[in-house]
Amino acid sequence: MTEGKSSEPLWWGLFSAGGVVAAFLVPIHIIIYGFALPLGWISDSGMLYRNWLVKIYLFVLITLPLYHWAHRFYFALNDMKLGLPQKPLAMLCYGGAVVGTVATLWVLLSL
Amino acid sequence: MSAVRPDKSKLFYRKLPASWWLSKPSYFLFMLRELSSVFIAIFLVVFLIQIYQLTRGPEAYAAFAQKLSPPGWIIFNLITFLFALYHSITWFYSSAIVLPLRIGEREMPRNLFVALNVGVLAVVSLVILVLFLALKG
Repeated sequence: MTEGKSSEPLWWGLFSAGGVVAAFLVPIHIIIYGFALPLGWISDSGMLYRNWLVKIYLFVLITLPLYHWAHRFYFALNDMKLGLPQKPLAMLCYGGAVVGTVATLWVLLSL
Repeated sequence: MSAVRPDKSKLFYRKLPASWWLSKPSYFLFMLRELSSVFIAIFLVVFLIQIYQLTRGPEAYAAFAQKLSPPGWIIFNLITFLFALYHSITWFYSSAIVLPLRIGEREMPRNLFVALNVGVLAVVSLVILVLFLALKG
């Protein structure tokens, strides 16, 4: 990112881990929370999310794909040659993922 | 002579128009793959907001699921689901290239590798669904 080459493996590792989580875990959650719950096929009391193992799972499920997004979005916008300034763009993308991580942690800990 | 590095500012860069990725189907598919992460991220942020409702009580949680029932959200989720599957398939193809599995001396054929990953995706999805239905209360 902005600090130079030293932090790049970290962001790439998070990108890669997020890619795996998104590839294997996200589709079924879209079916459950995007279709089944809103359309009333099933109901959910929400008790499940007070369990610690479930919280850890949700933390992984929500945060890692955010880093995947940050990496892809940053490089895609660069590749699009829109002439956007690189440093603020990197701050916005990777910073957004970090903010999302803190927010996820906060929500899960307040349950 | 060859050790002298050319001054970067004097190198010629061909200027690409911002619409270069529309000029070839493969470039367009590449951009679609990158765009899939945007939809997945938006879905997960909405999912986080949904879980946040639980801090305000089970009624708020149930009410939020209702808010996501209009056709607009269902269509958004349908698009996101298709993007998510596109991400999965393209991710499996990249994995086949980056982390090829070997059977003895030979590299596993890429299509077989992808088919195996699709199988794992199906099994993992089924396990999550069954666990969710059994434990949700």
